[in-house]
Amino acid sequence: MQAASVSRAPQPRTEQIILFRVSGQTFAISSASVQEVRSVDNIAGMAQDLPDSTIRKVRHSIRRGDRTLYIVNAALHFGLSPQPASLVFFLRRTRTALLIDGIEKMTTMSRLQSLSLAFQGEERNWYRGLTALDQTVIPVVQPAGFLSLEELTLLEAAQLAADTRAIGAKTSGAHVQ
Amino acid sequence: MTPATDPISAPDTTQSFVLIRLGERRFAVPAPQVAELVAPSRIFRFPHKSPEVEGVILRRGRMIAISDIADRLNGKKLTTRRFFLLATRRFAGQLDWIAIPVSGECELITTDMMEAGPNDSPHVAGWLSHGGEVIEVLHLSVLTPGPAEQPTLVQSQSLVRGSGFVLTNSEFKEVLP
Repeated sequence: MQAASVSRAPQPRTEQIILFRVSGQTFAISSASVQEVRSVDNIAGMAQDLPDSTIRKVRHSIRRGDRTLYIVNAALHFGLSPQPASLVFFLRRTRTALLIDGIEKMTTMSRLQSLSLAFQGEERNWYRGLTALDQTVIPVVQPAGFLSLEELTLLEAAQLAADTRAIGAKTSGAHVQ
Repeated sequence: MTPATDPISAPDTTQSFVLIRLGERRFAVPAPQVAELVAPSRIFRFPHKSPEVEGVILRRGRMIAISDIADRLNGKKLTTRRFFLLATRRFAGQLDWIAIPVSGECELITTDMMEAGPNDSPHVAGWLSHGGEVIEVLHLSVLTPGPAEQPTLVQSQSLVRGSGFVLTNSEFKEVLP
């Protein structure tokens, strides 16, 4: 029967995504990868400077429970000219808090095409692939691709130096009292 | 009647090729590698670190990387783009599409190809003679950006067998879980 065959037709696989802007460029990220969205103003008081960071795109960190997350400037990560960021994505299962310009919308993608083999640079770590929405191609970012293991190691050293400095400042303050 | 040559040392090399024009010169691409010739359409650009890739085009739901090979072959980029030649390459068994801007009409011909010699550039798969011209047959997987590997002899032979200008290819990697 025709009705039965229609009801048995497989549903297309879909994924909820957030479209966000960085320096005029639109990217997509799986909404399941974003644990929390906060405004930059909201976290300003909680961020810690990392003056010893050798990673240009990371200048601050933030404590979330017992974990330290590194605040990655998405524009610098992608090699775009940075603009004042307004939002931060806390990315699930990563140590990245991502500075972005803004959110465009939430939507659904039904197709994710792997990156062409013509792309052979760092972008293979940056993106899960490409999707087409409203006749526009949008790169879908890889949440784990914002900080490499090597970068995390360098940032941990910078964090340790910042923590040591902060403890030293507190201790010397206590001595003065 | 075939010329009186040794049938063992001179295998049948009659194949189909698409002649493409890149500026002042014409080149040949094995016809089985050519999927379609389309009018230039919107190029989508996003951050990446593959300098030979200009962006991607969207064609029938497929996102295809664009690479201007005229720069490598003629020493300058094309000033006029009449079409995008959509072609396929194979890397370790994986099919990958590429869009190549061409500056003039394309022509489908059937002729004999002379295999490239050891002194030819790696991007030359062979030579053919047509209309009083000696034309390079291009190894697209060498000439266009992709994983660093040379196609095997079997692969390169399989590229030039078969015929038909319009080749529909169903290999399209979807990566949505």
